[in-house]
Amino acid sequence: MVAAAQQAAPTISSLELFNITKRFPGVVANNRVSFEVRAGEVHALLGENGAGKSTLMKIIYGLYQPDDGQILLNGQPVTISSPQDAIARGIGMIHQHFMLVPSLTVAENVALGLKSSRGMRLDLDVVAAKVERLAASYGLRVDPRAEVSRLSVGEQQRVEIIKALYRGADLLVLDEPTAVLTPQEADDLFRMLRQMREEGRALIFISHKLREVLALCDRVTVLRDGRQVGTFPTAGMSRGELARLMVGREIAAPHAEDRAPVPVGPPLLQVRGLSSSAGAGGPALREVSFELSPGEILGLAGVSGNGQRELADVIAGLRPSSAGEISLGGAPLVGGPGERMAAGLSYIPEERMRDGAIMDFSVEENLILRDHTRPPYARGPFLDTARVSTVCRELITRFAVKTPGPQTPIKSLSGGNIQKVIMARELAREPRVLIAAQPTRGVDIGATAYIHRLLLDMRARGGAVLLISEDLDEILALADRIAVIHDGEIAAIMPRAEADPERIGLLMAGASTESLSH
Amino acid sequence: MEQLLTIGTLLGVLHSMIRLATPYLYAAIGETLGQRSGLLNLGVEGMMLMGAYVGFYVVFTTGSLLGGVLAAALAGALLGLMMALVSVTFRAEQGISGIGMYLFGLGLSSLLFKLTLGTVQSVSGFPEVPLPLLGSIPGIGPSLFTHSVMVYAAFALVPLAAYVLNRTTWGLNIRAVGDNPQAADALGVPVAAVRYATATIGGLLAGVGGASLSISALNIFQENLTGGIGFIAVALVYFGGWRPVGVLLGVLLFSFVSALQLWLQVTGVGLPSDLAVMLPYLLTILALAVSNRRAGQPSALTKPFTRGA
Repeated sequence: MVAAAQQAAPTISSLELFNITKRFPGVVANNRVSFEVRAGEVHALLGENGAGKSTLMKIIYGLYQPDDGQILLNGQPVTISSPQDAIARGIGMIHQHFMLVPSLTVAENVALGLKSSRGMRLDLDVVAAKVERLAASYGLRVDPRAEVSRLSVGEQQRVEIIKALYRGADLLVLDEPTAVLTPQEADDLFRMLRQMREEGRALIFISHKLREVLALCDRVTVLRDGRQVGTFPTAGMSRGELARLMVGREIAAPHAEDRAPVPVGPPLLQVRGLSSSAGAGGPALREVSFELSPGEILGLAGVSGNGQRELADVIAGLRPSSAGEISLGGAPLVGGPGERMAAGLSYIPEERMRDGAIMDFSVEENLILRDHTRPPYARGPFLDTARVSTVCRELITRFAVKTPGPQTPIKSLSGGNIQKVIMARELAREPRVLIAAQPTRGVDIGATAYIHRLLLDMRARGGAVLLISEDLDEILALADRIAVIHDGEIAAIMPRAEADPERIGLLMAGASTESLSH
Repeated sequence: MEQLLTIGTLLGVLHSMIRLATPYLYAAIGETLGQRSGLLNLGVEGMMLMGAYVGFYVVFTTGSLLGGVLAAALAGALLGLMMALVSVTFRAEQGISGIGMYLFGLGLSSLLFKLTLGTVQSVSGFPEVPLPLLGSIPGIGPSLFTHSVMVYAAFALVPLAAYVLNRTTWGLNIRAVGDNPQAADALGVPVAAVRYATATIGGLLAGVGGASLSISALNIFQENLTGGIGFIAVALVYFGGWRPVGVLLGVLLFSFVSALQLWLQVTGVGLPSDLAVMLPYLLTILALAVSNRRAGQPSALTKPFTRGA
């Protein structure tokens, strides 16, 4: 491949965005935003979902053109017309959803779109050797011949970074890069990013995780509702201050009294030796056993794709099990989803847009789904529209759903409010057991706090909650006990008091409990 | 019964197998390239029919075999280009537009046939020429290695397609575009251009495949000459797991059973001929049902690409 500038000294000394405005029909995604990143700096871009971070990054990467404002590269005004243009200027982007072709090898992914040194013929051996050298210079091991679909998420991310460096990226934009990593993988990533900073590269780190911003970044630009709140040095900043800047008001964290111990009765949900065949993109479940008591939140920690979805689906009756049994309140939990719901189980699915709600339906229709054949919503075969309307208005008020009205299509609501609608529907049935899968993923801080409150309320009422989350902080904040899942197996279950993040991180990465005890 | 299984009859069946395989190979290899780039072309049959007609007509009027092949290739390529326009630029539902393309090719070739020829005519097509050395091997020489140029070219396409897909930058582009067009686009691979190219080449090969019937294997043209070959070719791409060599194996298996059933009919074994004719198709359905090759399926197959979506 044509030698990229990877060995040469970085050629980007600064990238400056000046008064950038980008409008979409009905919204101003970026309103006169200015910020600047310099060589040898990690600059955080912090903001909630919808604050305008992604739009700004797409402008830097040439996917969008700003309606107003200027981009200056090394002090010179430039127009970045396309991703290829951005790459040619030394800008690389690590997308949250990796831009890799899963069926191709690492070397093929790197070579894609580049000229071969042999004309029409591929020079994958040359590419492979360079990839190995590049990886080694960051202390990484990457097999250039491995098919990308067989790599772990962390490894895939490394391939993405190497792909960008191979193309000579001096400025790297990382979009929520730690969302899919174990704590250890995140540490490795940070080490690599710090090395790049030393080498004089410029890094833009997009995140809403305050801890990471403070740990890694030199400066932080905070966005809120498309506007720039300000740019601050991170030195001397506290998490509380950052959170206030990001949200614009105080956030009530769960208080200690919310977590007062609830008298724990005999197990309500019992899962014994549960196994299933592998799902698409997920592993097989292998003899999963745990118990869940009334008044308890069991947190299931794990890296995405380790069987969490399979487990939740099997318990909810959406996926067949091959062995094992589940009981709820002593009675076997069998049959399809409908029967399991009737037995007192509720499920907040991970893919809320796909499995949790019907996007083309109104808020009201989504609220009554599943129970719409029964009173109070139905009278015989007919919908009791008057009652439906009353009950839905009550639910919208009670669960603080921000919607113009019950007839509004649910797809026009924010992620947090869609999730509130689903929570309202599931909790209104007063379930005995709730499975909440990634309940706050992609949800803004305000709605997250509210959803946490709802889960704690359910616990206080003596309900049992299985909280599946990739956000370890969330699990540590809410759970009474913590189970760790890896490759379809429960690696360990421990009380919250005995849990430490490092040990959980190692278990998430697949370390065995024995290897950790000495 | 024992006289049915002589070496001579087996060699005869193998000879027909190679001959029968030819149109399937052209169509299926072209379809493989298209599908690897994410385009499902169900209109292959129509493109074959147009190729068969145009090729035949040129040979019938000018006597030039090369002219016939080139004309068939051009006709197929034009239809392929049309398919690309509909499914890449206008982002039409590929399953439906493919059926439309088939009906268009069927109708147009039948109409032109009636207007220009009227009745079934014949031409002298490509002669069978033994391959040097191989052709003179006793037994299998005349059976496997004595065919027309059209047959040899079809078989040569298989390693060529495999080489292009796996060893060239352009092949890498095709595979990337078929599996994750967003990623390919972000790296500067021209997604639409790649698909236009594979669709056009697929159409071109389908056209030549049609001509391989009308000016090489059968040397006649009649309405609906191909009789479903194009559709079977699409199925064989799935069967072959989207790999040229796999597709070749599927084509050979299918043509072997077809050749066998022809011979069974000739020898008059007590099998109703309608049933015998069904055999290869039943086999195809069975093979597709038991071989779960979803793993090799290009992820973006039938999905139109929109930047940023």
